[in-house]
Amino acid sequence: MKSLESWGRYPRVKPGTQRVLPFSWRTERLPSVEEGESLLPYGKGRSYGDGCLNVGHALLPTTGLDRFIEFDPSTGLLTCEAGVSLEDILRLVVWQGWFLPVTPGTKFVTVGGAIANDVHGKNHHAAGTFGRYVRRFELLRSDGTRRECSPTENADWFAATIGGLGLTGLITWARIQLVRMHNPFILQETVPFGGLEEFFQLNRESERDFEYTVAWIDCLARGRKLGRGLYYRGNPAPPQWETLPLVRSHLTRGGGLAVPFNLPSFTLNRLTVSAFNFLYYHRQRGRPSTRLVHYDPFFYPLDSVHAWNRIYGRRGFLQFQCVVPLAEAGGGAMEEILARIARSGMASFLAVLKTFGSLESPGLLSFPRPGVTLALDFAFQGSRTLALFSDLERMTREAGGAVYPAKDACMTPESFAAAYPALPRFRDFVDPAFSSSFWRRVAGPSASLSSSVPSVA
Amino acid sequence: MKKVLVLGATSAIAQATCRLLAARGAALHLVGRNATQLEAVAKDLSVRGARVSTRVQELNELSSHEELVSHADTVLGGMDGVLLAHGLLGRQPESERSWDAAQEVLTTNFMGPASLLTHVANLLEERRAGMIVVISSVAGDRGRQSNYVYGSSKGGLNVFLQGLRNRLARSNVAVVTVKPGFVDTPMTAHLPKNALFASPEKVAKGILRAMDARRDEIYVPGFWRLIMFAVRSIPEGVFKRMKL
Ligand SMILES: Cc1cc2nc3c(=O)[nH]c(=O)nc-3n(C[C@H](O)[C@H](O)[C@H](O)COP(=O)(O)OP(=O)(O)OC[C@H]3O[C@@H](n4cnc5c(N)ncnc54)[C@H](O)[C@@H]3O)c2cc1C
Ligand SMILES: NC(=O)c1ccc[n+]([C@@H]2O[C@H](COP(=O)([O-])OP(=O)(O)OC[C@H]3O[C@@H](n4cnc5c(N)ncnc54)[C@H](OP(=O)(O)O)[C@@H]3O)[C@@H](O)[C@H]2O)c1
Repeated sequence: MKSLESWGRYPRVKPGTQRVLPFSWRTERLPSVEEGESLLPYGKGRSYGDGCLNVGHALLPTTGLDRFIEFDPSTGLLTCEAGVSLEDILRLVVWQGWFLPVTPGTKFVTVGGAIANDVHGKNHHAAGTFGRYVRRFELLRSDGTRRECSPTENADWFAATIGGLGLTGLITWARIQLVRMHNPFILQETVPFGGLEEFFQLNRESERDFEYTVAWIDCLARGRKLGRGLYYRGNPAPPQWETLPLVRSHLTRGGGLAVPFNLPSFTLNRLTVSAFNFLYYHRQRGRPSTRLVHYDPFFYPLDSVHAWNRIYGRRGFLQFQCVVPLAEAGGGAMEEILARIARSGMASFLAVLKTFGSLESPGLLSFPRPGVTLALDFAFQGSRTLALFSDLERMTREAGGAVYPAKDACMTPESFAAAYPALPRFRDFVDPAFSSSFWRRVAGPSASLSSSVPSVA
Repeated sequence: MKKVLVLGATSAIAQATCRLLAARGAALHLVGRNATQLEAVAKDLSVRGARVSTRVQELNELSSHEELVSHADTVLGGMDGVLLAHGLLGRQPESERSWDAAQEVLTTNFMGPASLLTHVANLLEERRAGMIVVISSVAGDRGRQSNYVYGSSKGGLNVFLQGLRNRLARSNVAVVTVKPGFVDTPMTAHLPKNALFASPEKVAKGILRAMDARRDEIYVPGFWRLIMFAVRSIPEGVFKRMKL
């Protein structure tokens, strides 16, 4: 029997340690849990660490909540059940001239998951987080109550549930405002940069004129080359491309190049990743810098490799993602973090750098806040990895930054409390029958269910 | 199939199949017994491109069938296909203890479908066009102690469909018997999942392919044809002693 995992497959979940509760209809009551047991909604498990895990307790997969409810192609207002994936939405709306207002780097996430982590994308500086486009949703609690929440109705529940890590109850459906997109292409420019300082300068110029920006950095480069990388910036393709047949929006089906079994863990040693980074950097450098790209490879470069997370083998991997305020980041904090990573010599497949703008995130516990965000992967190599993560976490905290729960498997309760000052207020909204492995780890003893909590009927 | 009567439209397999039909812009008349669930399915399929109408009906009320079928035909403006998906797995031990429980399984999976298809067949036969697609089960291929009440209801259905296919062959009406193996749906929510389980989406794709090719009988996923061949090949004298 296969068990539900998180994307990083770390922490490892022993089969049979998470009960799976069935749920197929948004009008149903929540299934009952046993005495002392908690439940947690599970979307597509695209969170890396333990935010979508509930080991020793129960998970409620939202796979069956995959129905659309209403779509108005004249306004771009979409209402759907919370288990609908961003991929499902794209299939429905792109050919009708609409697009997601905000999208993470994979389309295989659910609407519920996107809300619960208040996800961000390459347009954060221009558009803010996903939660800003959520107009309304229904929250189903273990006591059987249903609340419709919007920025004006049950606004406190709305703010707690966006970025609420699945702890405030089950989102059964949501209404989202999409944005106009006239054709499925992006005009993309690639600009190589030599270091962090150049990055910041390039970034300032680019954010004015480009809706989508992101940089890949070579995390193994040290010394003078520290922070070198490629800056990607793009805008929706202008109208002259609109003659292209919209309907031929060739979506990948997640079936392209499958990695069907676990590769041995030595595949990703330092050498291969260095080689990868090197090639990546130099091949692009000689190329013309402007290209017309379909939105799918532009936003979801990894989605065409099915189950690429298995490339890290059985031990799994961790992602580190932090945000550091701009002043500190520019003032050396980001450079120190990068130097620490380079010094560790521990392979990182992905290193992404981007700035968050000043548009406010609507959730009490939303991660995005003004600053620079860095995200990168590490194959799990036991205590060395954990020591590195502990250093990175400390450096982030000292710089007044935050670590992203959607990617986290290591954060301490102290770091969590320091980076999420609304935590005390948030606690009041946590459903007494809901919990997660993440929550029990970071929120202290009050996160475990007391036996006096009545089980859900 | 462009104008389809869907019986048991709230079934997970039916929903997945209807989504594929909706993408082709089909008109669907959806019948189910739970009004709120039926409404949720109807909205989904209409967003996905289908023209949708609904009817709430308990399908074990056999007396409703004649009117149900002719009404559907009117609403659809001449139906050209039927997808019959409703079914009841029941619990074998309960069906042994209680005849009422067994009867409900037999009525849901055999009597009801036979009654419905009688009316549908007469209509399509006269029109000399159309397709009847019925979700049966591999369980109908051989009686086993662990589920012979469900199995015999599906087995009876299979024979009924064979006869119907034979009768309608010269009227240009296709009869497609769909035999899924284990499918991950609410019907099997209580069972531990293993590698033999298929998703409703996968089964739906198989059903659509069978419709397009006007196949007589399919196993979905296809490997069940081999498994069931092996199961049927065991001599009865041996089979009766096995724990299956
Ligand atoms: C390749 C890749 C790239 C990524 N890029 C980005 C990125 O650019 N930006 C970004 O912000 N994130 C990114 N992520 C992270 C991902 O967007 C989030 O982890 C997202 O929340 C995953 O959604 P999911 O549907 O898989 O939910 P899960 O991971 O299954 O669950 C996430 C959380 O949502 C809760 N939840 C799920 N459904 C519901 C519901 N119906 N009601 C209440 N709570 C619910 C769960 O309880 C859990 O707390 C990326 C992930 C991957 C694998
Ligand atoms: N899942 C499997 O492993 C599997 C394997 C082989 C064959 N099948 C067959 O596939 C078909 C579809 O089942 P499924 O897997 O999609 O399960 P499902 O989602 O549970 O669907 C069964 C549907 O039948 C409906 N139904 C039952 N009795 C009814 C009645 N008297 N009147 C109206 N509707 C009735 C149910 O409605 P309510 O919800 O209102 O009860 C439910 O919507 C069934 O015929 C089943 O026997 C399933």
